[in-house]
Amino acid sequence: MRAAIARAARAARFPAIAVVLAFVVGGLVVLLTGNNPFSVYKQLILGAGLDYPFHWLPGNPLGVDPDIAKFNLVATIVATTPLILAGLCVAFAFRAGLFNIGGTGQFWVGGVTAFVIADRLSGLPGPLLILLAIAGAALGGAVWGAIPGYFKAARGAHEVISTIMLNWVAVYLGQYLFGLDGPLKGPTENPISVDIPDRAKLPGIWGDVQPVHAGIFVALGAAVAFSLIFRRTAFGYDVRAVGFNPEAARAGGVRVGRIIVLAMAVSGLFAGLAGGGEVLGVNYHIASNEFAPLQIGFVGIAVALLGRNTAIGCVLAAFLFGALQSGSNQLQGAFASDLAVPLSQTVQGVIVLLVSAELIGRKLTTRRVARRPAERLPDEGQAPAAP
Amino acid sequence: MTSVALPRPMSSPKAVAWAGIVVALVGLWLALPPWTVRTPVPSLVLCLGALGCGIHAARSGARQEGWWAILAAVLAGLLAFQATQAQVGTLDDIISAGLFAATLRWATPLTFGAIGGLFSERTGVVNIGLEGAMLFGAFFAVWGAAETGNWFVGVLAALAIGALVGLLHAVFCVHLRADQIVVGTAVNLLALGVTSFLLRKIYGFSGTPADLDQIPNVSIPLIRDIPFVGDVIGDMNLLIWVGLATVPLAWLIIFRTPLGLRMRAVGENPRAAETVGIGVYLIRDLGVVVSGMLAALGGAYLSLAFTGSFNEGMTAGRGFIALAVLILGKWRPFPILASALLFGFASALADRLSSVGISADLLKGLPYIVTLIALVGFIGRSTAPAADGKPYVRGGA
Repeated sequence: MRAAIARAARAARFPAIAVVLAFVVGGLVVLLTGNNPFSVYKQLILGAGLDYPFHWLPGNPLGVDPDIAKFNLVATIVATTPLILAGLCVAFAFRAGLFNIGGTGQFWVGGVTAFVIADRLSGLPGPLLILLAIAGAALGGAVWGAIPGYFKAARGAHEVISTIMLNWVAVYLGQYLFGLDGPLKGPTENPISVDIPDRAKLPGIWGDVQPVHAGIFVALGAAVAFSLIFRRTAFGYDVRAVGFNPEAARAGGVRVGRIIVLAMAVSGLFAGLAGGGEVLGVNYHIASNEFAPLQIGFVGIAVALLGRNTAIGCVLAAFLFGALQSGSNQLQGAFASDLAVPLSQTVQGVIVLLVSAELIGRKLTTRRVARRPAERLPDEGQAPAAP
Repeated sequence: MTSVALPRPMSSPKAVAWAGIVVALVGLWLALPPWTVRTPVPSLVLCLGALGCGIHAARSGARQEGWWAILAAVLAGLLAFQATQAQVGTLDDIISAGLFAATLRWATPLTFGAIGGLFSERTGVVNIGLEGAMLFGAFFAVWGAAETGNWFVGVLAALAIGALVGLLHAVFCVHLRADQIVVGTAVNLLALGVTSFLLRKIYGFSGTPADLDQIPNVSIPLIRDIPFVGDVIGDMNLLIWVGLATVPLAWLIIFRTPLGLRMRAVGENPRAAETVGIGVYLIRDLGVVVSGMLAALGGAYLSLAFTGSFNEGMTAGRGFIALAVLILGKWRPFPILASALLFGFASALADRLSSVGISADLLKGLPYIVTLIALVGFIGRSTAPAADGKPYVRGGA
């Protein structure tokens, strides 16, 4: 047990440093604008509802308003849910030595599939409808992820490029489907679909207006599955083997092409679930102008990198980014949310940059300690060498 | 594979492929002014013939040309079908000198970005931070022009910030050997955050000033008066000309100078390059910095000529399209220009179609599908510089 804690602390050391440094950089930016970074960060923390647990303290010494704090914390968890899945998506492909930049496209294909099922099969009983819609989201994302995997395995097309292309194909397809001439547009004049039937909506679990929905269980379940795949299954072992060294894996009897396709499919599956969760649990409809190519997939990269490509790391990193996102929406006064949102994007960028530098720091120290001809296998969770 | 000798094709497969491409274009042309044949049948028959030529050529050795013919046939067939469904008057409105002028306008930022990417990738550094450099360039061009009232200062500011972004990228990717894609992602995230932050901090809700000193057009006296041609290039923006000039210049530098030879050597085999005394890191630094500057110039064109303002995330993925253009152009300057024009044409056409009320979202997606098909069909992994994306350890094991 103590060894496990020590290992976790060791793994979390560099990401923690990166986060602290990024917040210092962000604080300097706040300072340059003539504001007090401490009060801005305090507002950010309160805005994310992170003070909620303190109202349980006997006598509530901090004077936390449980209703407001609960409202904010609910918003943070709602924002965290898709980020967990987006992070798992990038992390899974990373483990196979693949860079899945196509999270956004897979997210949307999953979301649209879930919408179509919820909308067109609305005669089915609620639980079955929800299950089918979620399964459809997973399948849609998996197919959209498997395509670049197949292109890579069969034709050597680099997955970074093909996933970027497929993002755009998904975006334009979505803009068309829900656009003015699109088949999925609702009866109004606006390029927006109808709402899915109530029975297809994911049940709320906690909170009132926009409650934490059952999608959080899907996300946490996916994180557990992610972990189990790598700890308990031969498939997970093969994925890691391909990630470390495809040639060696091939020599060892792994069917590398098949693993690449499957790994991309599982990766896309996570993103598809994220899309399905947002449609079934948060928005209930899709608008043509929501299709943008660069959003969720890129935050997923930041989540996966900060989470060291582990399940628990992705959950924690997603919570951090979710809190940053929902907290900056609550900022008021001199440093209002219109400045805070780009600031939190900047902090994300700095985190990714620093995490990339951390990988190097690790490489350099490894080299210094063990300068042997034989390369050491990277630690678990470290990004494998370039594919 | 088989022991049976296949009969030799009567004509060279390459010629068949080219014939297919020409036939496809004729098929498309039939549906357009001045012919405007009102039934899709002849066009589709011609395009099917072209498809046959392409498949035949691709199977009998001319893989690349054959795939191009297949692509041309599919595209021409789709477009011709679409065109025959539209009103003749609408077609006359759409297919005009204005369309070609718009094609050049849409293609210019892509050309800058892709040629920038070319300099970086030829030296072996994958640059998916083009989008970020472009966004930085777009903002600082506006900022420079607004501060001084002079567009030229704006362009200089864009070049400076582009060089700075490139330098950051180079320090992390080349010297610290960080993962190039991760660093590119960080640059993109940073660009979005920093430029939005500065926009809101400096200009607030009113946005960038409306009276910006914009990059001027170049009016050429005699050419201006030629019908059609004059309408397209007689009064073009200065940076469009610069963008067009960048292409032969890039070709000259990369393929005809000692420096270019070094760049290519470093991109193909850095170990061998170092062995003959080439400073691998320096060459890569140079490539990445130049790529940042060119992408930023594309951004400056966007903000100081294309739209005349800066909006949040205004590059809207053009840096990534530039990456696609680079690949579709197979890491060569002139094919890059052709690919940029293809993407520019699709965007300009979609833009015009939606202005006459035809939904064009599917059309906008077409260039990406073309790139995918090209990637799978004949580009594959063989064409990229051999050491593209691989960090290099100087004097290592």
